[in-house]
Amino acid sequence: MPTIFGMPPQVLFGQLSLGLINGSFYALLSLGLAVIFGMLNIVNFAHGAVYMMGAFCAYFLLNGIDLPIPWWMAGHFSLMNIHFGSHLSFWWALLLAPIIVGAIGMFLQRVLIARIAGLDHIYGLLLTFGLAAILQGLFQNQFGSSGLPYEIPDGLSGGHNLGFMFLPNYRAFVVGASIVVCFATWFVIERTKLGSYLRAATENPSLVRAFGINVPLMITLTYGFGVALAAFAGVLAAPIYQVRPLMGADLIIVVFAVVVIGGMGSILGSIVTGFGLGIVEGLTKVYYPQASGIVVFVIMAIVLLIKPTGLFGRAA
Amino acid sequence: MNYKIAGLAMAGLMSSVAFAPSALAADKTIVIGNVNDMSSLYADTGGIGSEVAAKMAIEDSGMEKKGWKISVISADHQNKPDVGATLTRQLIDEKHADVIIDTPNSGVALAVAAVVKEKNKVFIPSGAASAALTGAACTPNTVHWTYDTYELAHGTGGAITRAGGKSWFFLTADYAFGKALEADTTAVVKAEGGTVLGHDLHPLNTADFSSFLLQAQASKAQVIGLANAGGDTINSIKQAAEFGIIKGGQTIAPLLLFITDVNAMGLKVAQGLEFTSSFYWDMNDGTRAWAKRFQALDPAHHMPTQGQAGAYAGVLHYLKAVEKVGDPSDGAKVVAEMKALPTDDPLFGKGTVRIDGRVTHPAYLFKVKTPEESKYPWDYYKLVATIPADKAFRPLSESDCPLVKK
Amino acid sequence: MTAISLSEAHGRNRAQKVAMVVMLAVLLAAPFFVYPYFLMQALCFALLACAFNLLVGYVGLLSFGHAMFMGTGAYICAHLAQARGVPVEFAIPAGMLVAALVGVVAGALSIRRQGIYFSMTTLALSQLIYFLALELPFTHGEDGIQPVPQTKIFGGLLDLGHPLQIYYFVLVIFFAGFLLIYRVINSPFGEVLKSIRENEPRAISLGYKVDQYKLMAFVLSATLAGLAGATKALVVQNASLSDVYWTTSGEIVLMTLVGGMGTIFGPVIGAFIVSAMQVYLSGLGQWVTVIQGVIFVTCVLAFRRGIVGEIAAKFGLNL
Repeated sequence: MPTIFGMPPQVLFGQLSLGLINGSFYALLSLGLAVIFGMLNIVNFAHGAVYMMGAFCAYFLLNGIDLPIPWWMAGHFSLMNIHFGSHLSFWWALLLAPIIVGAIGMFLQRVLIARIAGLDHIYGLLLTFGLAAILQGLFQNQFGSSGLPYEIPDGLSGGHNLGFMFLPNYRAFVVGASIVVCFATWFVIERTKLGSYLRAATENPSLVRAFGINVPLMITLTYGFGVALAAFAGVLAAPIYQVRPLMGADLIIVVFAVVVIGGMGSILGSIVTGFGLGIVEGLTKVYYPQASGIVVFVIMAIVLLIKPTGLFGRAA
Repeated sequence: MNYKIAGLAMAGLMSSVAFAPSALAADKTIVIGNVNDMSSLYADTGGIGSEVAAKMAIEDSGMEKKGWKISVISADHQNKPDVGATLTRQLIDEKHADVIIDTPNSGVALAVAAVVKEKNKVFIPSGAASAALTGAACTPNTVHWTYDTYELAHGTGGAITRAGGKSWFFLTADYAFGKALEADTTAVVKAEGGTVLGHDLHPLNTADFSSFLLQAQASKAQVIGLANAGGDTINSIKQAAEFGIIKGGQTIAPLLLFITDVNAMGLKVAQGLEFTSSFYWDMNDGTRAWAKRFQALDPAHHMPTQGQAGAYAGVLHYLKAVEKVGDPSDGAKVVAEMKALPTDDPLFGKGTVRIDGRVTHPAYLFKVKTPEESKYPWDYYKLVATIPADKAFRPLSESDCPLVKK
Repeated sequence: MTAISLSEAHGRNRAQKVAMVVMLAVLLAAPFFVYPYFLMQALCFALLACAFNLLVGYVGLLSFGHAMFMGTGAYICAHLAQARGVPVEFAIPAGMLVAALVGVVAGALSIRRQGIYFSMTTLALSQLIYFLALELPFTHGEDGIQPVPQTKIFGGLLDLGHPLQIYYFVLVIFFAGFLLIYRVINSPFGEVLKSIRENEPRAISLGYKVDQYKLMAFVLSATLAGLAGATKALVVQNASLSDVYWTTSGEIVLMTLVGGMGTIFGPVIGAFIVSAMQVYLSGLGQWVTVIQGVIFVTCVLAFRRGIVGEIAAKFGLNL
């Protein structure tokens, strides 16, 4: 059997593909973090929680929401549910969930996050950490920790044998969708007029305000957009990972490391680093699986030693 | 200041702290602590359902009519051994718990067993699988009901290897239970002439099994043994289907499968799986009657799992022993009585509690029905083989439990 | 900064000394009224929060990874005492020492960045330690190390199996750590740290090697966090993954925030409040997480000085 560096090619390419799928999620999430950080100067700790809410939103859109009356109130023999019916497919969820969760995000930004503008950055981190705890705790209470099933959409079930691995169609779609959305975002911010306002408002808010642009509204919309990106990732995740209250809790730490490696200043940087680290993780799973959980953090330590501002970062 | 008096007062206070819980003579109050996973991957297989089962046992014992006060307290160990040990210590010290039941998650169960022994109370694990609980880590205070890793390994591993599944690859949950299950199954597979090609450890509560499954697929093993439980088992089976592993001809062997797992996966995914269990609700009139009573009381209205059935039988037998002893406070004494009394209940039939704390009862090899074969709700299993009580568990001659004299 | 007259400074110090005597008296009497094992756990967290506060309150560095030092201390102590049979009186200092070494490495890496980058870096480094705790053979993965024996120590003088004796043993450790932090804060070294927090460029221009000061504070904080972790391993008789998990780091932040960042007694009060919530509200399940989140949000929006900080500000004291 032919091997590449001592590994059969199907194992190598298989894990690389899986790494690319994971990288799709890293890229979407770190992109959202970078967008929010650029505009609000806040590290959004609640990013994992909104990713989770995106997945739950997809679940609700498909199955409706059951709000059960506790069994001790409903009596022993019946379980009463107030059911808000809905049967919207995965495709609708992909469109609607980011809008709904983004709206919730904008609401939270207006009533809570806006109040700490101008304070030390630490408080933004602490506030969003608290928000994440509230959101995750609420979902855990309502739905338990072990998760709800979400079927792979009919059009994307099955898969193709690529020779080196059996690639499920849905996972291939995830990579494609992530690449399209990431580069569309990059294009809007770096190449359009709207984007130029955004970048200008980041650099010098008072000047942009003087031009008659409503900066607070822009900040709110930006936060909403960053959150919507995370929710989009959540919808993509729903069919392959279980829809679980803590699905974003661990992921966000890895994404933080991705952001530190890439440097927060750069939109393109966060996209490239996201995909790149997914692939590096996949490689690690082939050659030294025990280290796959820590490789991102090790790379982060090395980058910090060599280039403290991150690979694509500007000097602070 | 009179130092002597101060010293005496101090000593008095110290002893009151140390001995407060066991000070009452002829204690007619029994507190049952259900140290369980109330919110995570074992919440459906144990959880609040085990409290329901324990309450049914209290009712059926008829002891409350004779003047005993019996209550159940549930606590969430979050699948963390440190939380489980602290909760147990606190239940015993502050709530005066006399017996701890169920405790799925072997890592937590081993921690709880140590605390219970130190406090001389009783521990009846019915949801924890590690055979070490009646092996190297056995105590005079532990009685292990329902399944253990030896039983599961010999039931499923033996049957599949004998049927021709000679090469195995394991996906193993990275804690006491998973490792024990893998080790026990490996021994059986090798004894039956099979080989083990490799294994992968995954953390508890893993969402994505794709990279593990890819390795299992690449190993070309005939059988992929799942040495995990609950949500982890469900996820690995579903994703194995997604990656075309089942269609590719490899057999998936879940070594521990609960009826609630089958319910969550649906028969379309689960059909054809073969596994070992100590209890199924639809075995005979006794189990059916009890299970329907349970289903009505269970908040989620699930049929009972084998762990919950074990919680019922264990509490029932415990209460019989306490009534005979007359006082629950000396745990080792109660357990000695539990070992002297033969067990008898509608769910597991007649059996005994061995010197190592192992309860013996028959084990069954089941196959999950196809959607067409299933005639009514929860009609999920068909019986393939029965393993008699004396063959189902590790023989005392192989035991490494210090209580077994050789 | 306004100049403080000598007598005023003296008055403030007196408030601190009175508070310290009150705290010690309460802690000495507490085990006769409250479950001692709860108190011991809270004391360990109090020491941990004080160590954390040394960094955030006096250097302005918010570490989101302090669980790594606590976990390191706990794992090393538990391993030595349980698997190697090392007496506890040596296992605890050993845990502390290894935590200090981890602190040197983590500190050298993370103080290269400031502000939130520092926080994220410490968080990521602690996740690295978490994975090591999950993978290394001696930590026993998800099972953790257990049981750590509570035996007689110091040649049989002290019986750790006895609730009151182990309590006072833990209290001594806590108070030693607390006093050390108190001394450091009020030393010239502490003054330099505060000047870095207030205005780092000026401290640099005055010729202070800021990075060295930061690193020393970081290592000291890590060492004491390791001591707290090693002691906790003895108290709860095990070391497990939750000791190194990032949610624990979040709880440490919460304790300090509630009590008051940059106050001497705040972290202690905060640690007791948060520990009590966890233990006595555990019947509420995940609602505890929600309540903690609400407290976080409320503190950040309305009580940034924390309980002790608000009281101190109201009465013009320095606590």
